[in-house]
Amino acid sequence: MRSPRLAGRFELEGGTLFSGIDLELAAGEWTCLLGPSGCGKSTILRLIAGLETGGRFEGEIRSAERHAAYMAQSDMLAPWLDVTDNVMLGARLRGEAPDRARAEALIARVGLAADAHKRPAELSGGMRQRAALARTLMEDRPVALLDEPFSALDAATRATCQELAFELLEGRTVLLVTHDPAEAARLGHQVHVMGQGRVLHSMRPEGAPIRDPAGGDTLAAQAALFTEVRAA
Amino acid sequence: MNRAFQVLVPFAGILLLWYLAIWIRVPFGGDPLPNFILPAPERVAETLWTSRALLFEHSLTTLGEILLGILFGVGLGMATAFGFIASPWLRRQGQPVMVISQAIPVFALAPLLTLWFGYGIWSKIAMTTLIIYFPVTVAFYDGLRRTDRHLLDLARVMGAQPRRTLWLIRAPAALPALGSGLKLAAVYAPIGAVIGEWVGAAHGLGYLMLLANGRAKTDLMFAAVIVLACLAVAMYFAISALAGRLARWRPERD
Repeated sequence: MRSPRLAGRFELEGGTLFSGIDLELAAGEWTCLLGPSGCGKSTILRLIAGLETGGRFEGEIRSAERHAAYMAQSDMLAPWLDVTDNVMLGARLRGEAPDRARAEALIARVGLAADAHKRPAELSGGMRQRAALARTLMEDRPVALLDEPFSALDAATRATCQELAFELLEGRTVLLVTHDPAEAARLGHQVHVMGQGRVLHSMRPEGAPIRDPAGGDTLAAQAALFTEVRAA
Repeated sequence: MNRAFQVLVPFAGILLLWYLAIWIRVPFGGDPLPNFILPAPERVAETLWTSRALLFEHSLTTLGEILLGILFGVGLGMATAFGFIASPWLRRQGQPVMVISQAIPVFALAPLLTLWFGYGIWSKIAMTTLIIYFPVTVAFYDGLRRTDRHLLDLARVMGAQPRRTLWLIRAPAALPALGSGLKLAAVYAPIGAVIGEWVGAAHGLGYLMLLANGRAKTDLMFAAVIVLACLAVAMYFAISALAGRLARWRPERD
């Protein structure tokens, strides 16, 4: 498949949410969309995912529908299913026979082997996002669309989950929507800062991700992005 | 201990009021209320024991009507809710009809149901089905409609077949709401069955009440009411337990 791309404007009832956006996700890279709440970054992700947005998009779009896996701040785990059944939910929804051995291997890979039979309510926030990550990997799609998946986690858990996600999603085309400059500085091959209905600033931070959160280059990139976000 | 106390206190209170009502005229120079107006509790207890075979036999009829009515009402209600979710056309056509049908008091239909379904158990089952159909449909439909948007988004991105989304996501997510509908059904169902029996029957607790009333056997009537109340309470607790199981994955349940 060709890289997902979106170019155009988006109208909501109250007015224009964004315009003049031209965004392409480079294959095999992490593209970060950074910006304040309500700037339209999640809408861009939903358009690329082929989801309803409640508004009107005008322009060109090469959506990743049928090629993408989706992770969000809400872990989207079905509360009545245990971890294993949640990981296999996609296959069941498509009417395919779920590959239990592969699901169990992925659950072990994210460190939840001992919790595979627990329901989401019995897991911590970090464990739930790891289960969601296992489900994302189970889908085995070339594109991963991540809508602030780590923003509800505490700092240490967030760092661990970022590392795990980066490692396991290697080689896939990733769009990460976030409001956290540190996260973008750490994970993005390419970072776009959004605000005032457009992309205000684009940069490629020094070095290859995943970067050391305490490294000099990372901190410099974080500081630069922070300045841009504040101005947005 | 505390729990036993919670049951005993209201029970004692009811008995006290009961005796008070019987003896209220005495201090003013009147007589205690006669048995055919308000029998004493011990007399009702005696009738409960001496007529136990009769009461048991008629309870079985009423219980059967209640259970079958719940079965049909819940089945029809769930099917309707699924239909409304799956087909917008059906929803547009069906919803007004359902609301209008609820404007007709079901009790007014009882003689008609007896005419159509006869004096046997089927007119009572029809009555019970009708009375619980609406609350079950509304509760389950609301549950199906209010599925977590995030989960539906996820299913969409996963490329789910709509029928499977309904069955694997919407339906299980709506089970706690269905549980609420079932609890209402448990409360309404005995009412439906007894009203049906009042209109015309040869069996059941409702029939027994009318019979006892006609012969001024007020103690037997009270006994039948007590049995019916016990039946209804047992039904409610059984169905509440079932509803609790349907919602057992809910962390916020009490």
